Amino acid sequence: MDNTKRYERLRERYMNGDLDRRKFLGLIGAAGLAYGLHTPFARYAHAAVEEVRFDGWGGVVSEAFREYAFEPYTKETGIKVVDGTFGGADEYLARVKASQPGEYNIAHLSGVFDYARYHNLGLSSTLNEDNIPNLQYVIPKLVDVFRGVTDGKLSCVPYDYGTTGLAYNRKHISDEEMKEKGARILIDEKLKGKIGGWSDWRTRIWYASLQTDQDPNGATDMDAIWDAIRTHRDLALKYWGSGAELMSLLAEEEIYVTEGWSGRIYALQEQGHDIGYMDPPNGFGWQECLFVIKGSPMEACEELLNFMLAPETSIAVAEGQNYPPALDPTKVDLGKKIPTLPAFDPTGKLAGLTFANPDYWNSHEQEWSKTFGRIQKGY
Amino acid sequence: MSVEAREARQPWLLLSPALTAVVLLLFVPLAFIVVYSFWLRTATGADQAGFHLDNWNEALTDPFYRDILLNTLKIAGITTVVCALMGYPAAYFIARSKGNKVILLLLLMLPFWISYIIRTMSWINILGVSGAFNSVLLSLGIISEPVQMLYNETTVILGLVHFLLPFMVLNVYVSLEGIDETLEDAACSLGATRWKSFLEVTLPLSLPGLAAGGLLCFVLGAGTYITPLVLGGPTDAMFANLVFEAIITQLDWPLGSALSLMLLAVLGALVLIYNHYLGMAQLMKGLG
Repeated sequence: MDNTKRYERLRERYMNGDLDRRKFLGLIGAAGLAYGLHTPFARYAHAAVEEVRFDGWGGVVSEAFREYAFEPYTKETGIKVVDGTFGGADEYLARVKASQPGEYNIAHLSGVFDYARYHNLGLSSTLNEDNIPNLQYVIPKLVDVFRGVTDGKLSCVPYDYGTTGLAYNRKHISDEEMKEKGARILIDEKLKGKIGGWSDWRTRIWYASLQTDQDPNGATDMDAIWDAIRTHRDLALKYWGSGAELMSLLAEEEIYVTEGWSGRIYALQEQGHDIGYMDPPNGFGWQECLFVIKGSPMEACEELLNFMLAPETSIAVAEGQNYPPALDPTKVDLGKKIPTLPAFDPTGKLAGLTFANPDYWNSHEQEWSKTFGRIQKGY
Repeated sequence: MSVEAREARQPWLLLSPALTAVVLLLFVPLAFIVVYSFWLRTATGADQAGFHLDNWNEALTDPFYRDILLNTLKIAGITTVVCALMGYPAAYFIARSKGNKVILLLLLMLPFWISYIIRTMSWINILGVSGAFNSVLLSLGIISEPVQMLYNETTVILGLVHFLLPFMVLNVYVSLEGIDETLEDAACSLGATRWKSFLEVTLPLSLPGLAAGGLLCFVLGAGTYITPLVLGGPTDAMFANLVFEAIITQLDWPLGSALSLMLLAVLGALVLIYNHYLGMAQLMKGLG
């Protein structure tokens, strides 16, 4: 029974003489008071699920999300997506740590080690997978890795994958030279002052592992790795800190070679820059996920995740951001552009990519990030 | 309540909103930072509450932090000297100009309307390999290939001077404005040359403004982290970058708190020394 019906019945009883005027007005007043108290709080309660905050990497990636995912999602569901950006997972984690539960909802995290790190800090949630039917289209290997971290449950859905490979200016470095030198080109004296590098300690250690012929997921000679990082530092012009800076340094020819994110390099190539891209053996593969942070409105978040995983949305975002989607190519037709993207695996098994082992990297995170911070500054 | 008591209470009542804001926005966060500096970071990145001196021990005894702090003070010092050398003539010109002071002051304030980060990044388009400066030199045939000018200590100082110069000019200008111009004329009438009257009369009287500008430039320069991040090379970090890294990259808030308090103590000591010898009044005039 709605309120209008209740009022009509009350009025009818009053008109029939079943209620005296004082009692009728008293009941009307009580109803008004209850409504007045209820409505403002109801508004706040609804407001909590009227919007969901999403934080991502900015640049072309965020543009793709806005155009292909958030705007259509808001149009269809009425739930607004508050779109934020961050420069890196470390910076974002610091912000989340300083926030109140529920302030940040979904993050576009990179790497399983970040997933494990967030989980270890008590920031993971538990998704109700029944609310995300489109999860069935995702490459199983990508999902299983996350389940392994969170006891078979999920706090995220895999969304895309890519590599951090070697990007080089073809005017100054040939494809043959790149193939011959591989990761060692980043410590080539000949290119002093024209080498760049990401200021991320994991990437630096990964590439130093390759330069010293060690397993990037199980290096045994850390002294050799630190020496290789020092050599790279002394030859480098600049450590870059964001995708935009990476693209600018390469496009302006401030640097000729660096590691780079496959999607960003593809974007440069699309803009007409003669930039080559190569994944060396054991190159750095990663997968990105949409992580739901503890304290978020779960149903609204799950609805957004399901919407974003829908093949038409996922493919459109992938084409916009130039990273292959997590969708299994054996289950979903991914169109024409995606098979041309760097790192794309048509088998859906991803056997050719080496991903970071979260246990290995997270167990050394405290020590290595600090040591790299010192070496980076000349020590 | 007596009239005297009411009058004594009135200033405090009027000041109470500002005092509340200062306590809530400055002293309370500072107290949090002090408390944090005695905590520890666990292996997972979570903080462990308690009273531990490990962070302070590391911050005060590790030569890494000492060296970066000294380098930061050196860069801030050079920046301050360059600002003084460039800012004084500009302030003198504005103070002594007739009629167009407002326009000149407006031009001085103009950079503040643009974001500091954008202003810093603009140097990339000026000094970059394909930037304006290299393009001009190439087109004039002075160089045959672009010169690498960015991402070193010099560009960090350049960026800081760009950022801080208006603070210096404003402080010196305020000081020069307060000097009676007839004093210079009087010195000249007694036989001093213009240059001598400037050296003997104007410069000594404007020193408080120069010192206030110097203090502002030094403190702001020593606390910056954006400029070295954007314009510096791999080894051009300043102390604030260490704080940023400890808190953001390493998620070590306790150590980051100790480092930030260390920087605060060094710069605070400088302000106290300044206050002891010159007082804060001149600085307030410049900021006003």
